[in-house]
Amino acid sequence: MAVLVKRNHWVVRLTHWVNVVAVILMAGSGMRIFNAHPAFARPGETFPLNPWEGKAIPASLTLGGWLAGARHWHFAAMWLLVANGLLYLGFLFFHGEWRDIVPRRGDARDAVEMLKFYLFARRDHPHQGKHNALQKSAYFAMPVLGVVLVLSGLAIWKPVTLWFFTALFVNYKWARFVHFLAMALLLLLALVHVFMVFTVDPYSLRAIITGWYDRARSPEARNARPFYHVFGAPPSSPSGEPPRP
Amino acid sequence: MTLDRRRFLRISAASITGSLLAACDKNPKSVQPLLNLAERGNQRVEEGLFRHTAMNLVGANAPVAGRSFPKYFVSPRVPVWDTALNGVWRLEVSGAVRRPLSLTLDDLMKLPRVTQKVDHFCVEGWNARATWSGVRVSDLARAAGATDDAQYVDFAGFDKGYHESWDMKSAMHPQTLIAYGMDGYLLTPAHGAPARLHSPVKLGYKNTKYLTRVVFMPVRNGGYWSDQGYEWYGGT
Repeated sequence: MAVLVKRNHWVVRLTHWVNVVAVILMAGSGMRIFNAHPAFARPGETFPLNPWEGKAIPASLTLGGWLAGARHWHFAAMWLLVANGLLYLGFLFFHGEWRDIVPRRGDARDAVEMLKFYLFARRDHPHQGKHNALQKSAYFAMPVLGVVLVLSGLAIWKPVTLWFFTALFVNYKWARFVHFLAMALLLLLALVHVFMVFTVDPYSLRAIITGWYDRARSPEARNARPFYHVFGAPPSSPSGEPPRP
Repeated sequence: MTLDRRRFLRISAASITGSLLAACDKNPKSVQPLLNLAERGNQRVEEGLFRHTAMNLVGANAPVAGRSFPKYFVSPRVPVWDTALNGVWRLEVSGAVRRPLSLTLDDLMKLPRVTQKVDHFCVEGWNARATWSGVRVSDLARAAGATDDAQYVDFAGFDKGYHESWDMKSAMHPQTLIAYGMDGYLLTPAHGAPARLHSPVKLGYKNTKYLTRVVFMPVRNGGYWSDQGYEWYGGT
């Protein structure tokens, strides 16, 4: 029996997909810009924190074609990213949805339980609300990384005019490193997010498109781990819902 | 519902792939106007944020790049001023000025000297420090009597026609110098001798080396890299 609930407000759905486009444009063009000087050391110095110092990112993963082209993309798409991010964060704040992602006491313990479940150290899916604790921390980390990206981006876009942003990250070199690192972490989280959507909760795709979510098919109801459908039929769930294929 | 989801996936996959392919093209015609619009808008924002009081401050003990400071020119070989061929090097200051100047290196060195340790921000992403000595472009403008028509300044050199034009506000920034000294010595040919433009307020490519002409103008006239697609403003 389908238990349909409205899960995502249209503002959340809209900003999610606009963000997909904005992040692809920003990361792709940003990596092309990085490739013009794929290192963090200043001339004559070394940068031991980066084991791949001097190694460029494969051009097939980048956008913009060349440095100047990528800069045009980057400085155009940044407005899309910022406007969309402000709309999302503003909505979250005024509509109360921030409660769904801001960490609270007990989340760490819940996250450990989720990990145990995913690692087969626990049989039943821990009880969860809208998101499980691991998911929640990822969805919280993403906008935080977004803010870090914008601040460090301003720091390296305008190191003289907006020198105080640069000073926030010590200096230009470190601001550039933080900008890169935050981008890499954001892409990593996004990849894990997409992986989990398709292997654990493909029904959430509907919720981020139409807004509707079938609670009877939630990972908790299906006792779903990654690739749950490969590991055979899950045991009957605590909620009494019959397992779904 | 299943059908909707599948159709959505197909459409979104197609549109994402499509936009990626479009973006990979060096000059997609459909988006170029949008990128140009963004560049014009960004320039207005950058000009609005620009302040003469916003300085690039480098700590007194911060090391300079020294011999590691990258050398760069567009000619096939290091451009060297040939006195036998071209006569004594002079810096011509002309255009929208009341008193056009033609300065030898000695003349230039007699003007008020500023020595500053600042960053050099390359468009590629690296930055390098050096201590530059020279004359403020604002002092030069005053000496030449720049008129109200002077809204832009073109800096041209003898490196295969290299030039870049600046907005007046950035050129008049106190850290924008016609530099003839680097780290306590006269400029070497690799770094733009006898004199070059240097300022932390613009990206490296805006800072013309091997300088010969400073022309104050009512309109802007592009530049070596700006004409090839790099932002004309190129501010930091």
